[in-house]
Amino acid sequence: MIKATQKPIKEIREMLKKHKKVLVAGCNTCVAVCFAGGEKEVEALVSALSLADKKEGISKDYLKKTVQRQCENEFVDPLSEEVRNCDAVLSTACGIGVQTIADRFPEVPVIPALNTAFMGRVIEPGYFFEYCAACGNCVLGQTGGICPVARCAKSLLNGPCGGSQDGKCEISPDTPCAWQLIYDRLKRLGLLKEMERINAPKDWSESSGPREIRRDDLKTNRDGKYNLKE
Amino acid sequence: MKSDSNLERVLESGEFAVTAELGPPKSADGEVVRKKAKILKGFADAVNVTDCQTAIVRMSSIASSVILLQEGLEPVVQMTTRDRNRIAIQSDMLGAAALGIKNFLCLTGDHQKFGNHPDAKGVFDLDSIQLLQVARDMRDGKKFQCGEEIKVGPRFFLGAAANPFADPFEYRATRLAKKEQAGVDFIQTQIIYNVEKFIKWMEMVKDRGLHEKIYILGGVAPLKSAGMAKYMKNYVPGLDVPDEIVERMQEAEDPKEEGIKICVDVINEIQQIEGVAGVHIMAIEWEEAVPKIVEAAGLLPRPAYS
Repeated sequence: MIKATQKPIKEIREMLKKHKKVLVAGCNTCVAVCFAGGEKEVEALVSALSLADKKEGISKDYLKKTVQRQCENEFVDPLSEEVRNCDAVLSTACGIGVQTIADRFPEVPVIPALNTAFMGRVIEPGYFFEYCAACGNCVLGQTGGICPVARCAKSLLNGPCGGSQDGKCEISPDTPCAWQLIYDRLKRLGLLKEMERINAPKDWSESSGPREIRRDDLKTNRDGKYNLKE
Repeated sequence: MKSDSNLERVLESGEFAVTAELGPPKSADGEVVRKKAKILKGFADAVNVTDCQTAIVRMSSIASSVILLQEGLEPVVQMTTRDRNRIAIQSDMLGAAALGIKNFLCLTGDHQKFGNHPDAKGVFDLDSIQLLQVARDMRDGKKFQCGEEIKVGPRFFLGAAANPFADPFEYRATRLAKKEQAGVDFIQTQIIYNVEKFIKWMEMVKDRGLHEKIYILGGVAPLKSAGMAKYMKNYVPGLDVPDEIVERMQEAEDPKEEGIKICVDVINEIQQIEGVAGVHIMAIEWEEAVPKIVEAAGLLPRPAYS
């Protein structure tokens, strides 16, 4: 899932300076799982903002509304009434959610409350780690199901660099070396031969944007229904 | 000969080769490079010029290398994949060759996090092995990475690094074999303080017959102080400094002298190992140590070819 962190309150307040009535729009999917922008975090953020405003004698109205998925029109469109009553939307969704708001409500400014970080997993409560870089050209079949593009600091494709020591990456003693993990896993699977092969320069053309996927079989008809082919 | 490189000639002759290292300045002052070059002249068969080592912005390796050429030294241009994509690297290779560069060392490079611009975006379009492939194909196949033909290709003697002390240890010879397959001609290793472990690594290298296909130069570096030894032991990833080396530095009356002595001892030891074709001396910001080390190791005079 997408992982994100909240921006510093100071930065959010600076962006909200001109606005008096703000809809704080949460998203209850990915950013709720990483405790950055779900319903609870919207409550906490509004409390923090109100408190800071009060200290400075500023008065603002905050409306709160959290939708299930801010990246999809059908969940965002029902916000239209709340948006109409505000002069800005503060979105606690990922960058996709923020842009969906901008797209659906072109007349109202939208402000991001989060920094969208990466696609990753919860390793343990409070510890999230990147697992996929969405490079558009998956190599997991050759690397024992462990991604060197996302998890090696240099996205190396031909084994560990000279900075791998005691299973850790040179960038930090807390960061596991992805290639040590790959080595261990391939060894366990009896597939170390995979590490003898040279992987040629990667086709990165699918890794930079703007990227799109078009599927004719999923095009919608005029009635709005998907045109699913057999 | 794959190139017109002096280093290649020395190695081919079977002579124990000596390479040194020169770090360009954090300024546009070419005199700094000239001064360092003058110290090293006559004491090494070729001199590596680092490419923004530890990700700190310095005068470019190619530009500094041209100053070395002007001073009558043979440079080894170091090139990392950290700061350039395949378009920029191939372009630089053409330019370097046109300027008279004959040795090219392919590296991935230290992560940008360690440098003076930790906010920079790391490129890593290629890794060091892929860079070797690209350079080899430009030289031998006369083609760019995309497959297009090159009328006049660069003719580099191709180098790379190897770290016998990194993990997973058992994989290190495999990785070297991949570099051999990718087209490497010579290898300069990580700094050797733990000769015993280096010997173990060389055994794996020899088991694969790699020592007969590529030239391996053992890396050495003179320590300046016990503090430096401890720092390298504890904080530099991929370095192996045994306790007895730290102790030798701690007990030394003249630590700099002792550092040079350790260096010479290591050279003498690795010279005895079958398959070690030379030594690469990395005297970080201490170029003056190189002549002393080379002389004390009995490696003078350096062969001269007209």
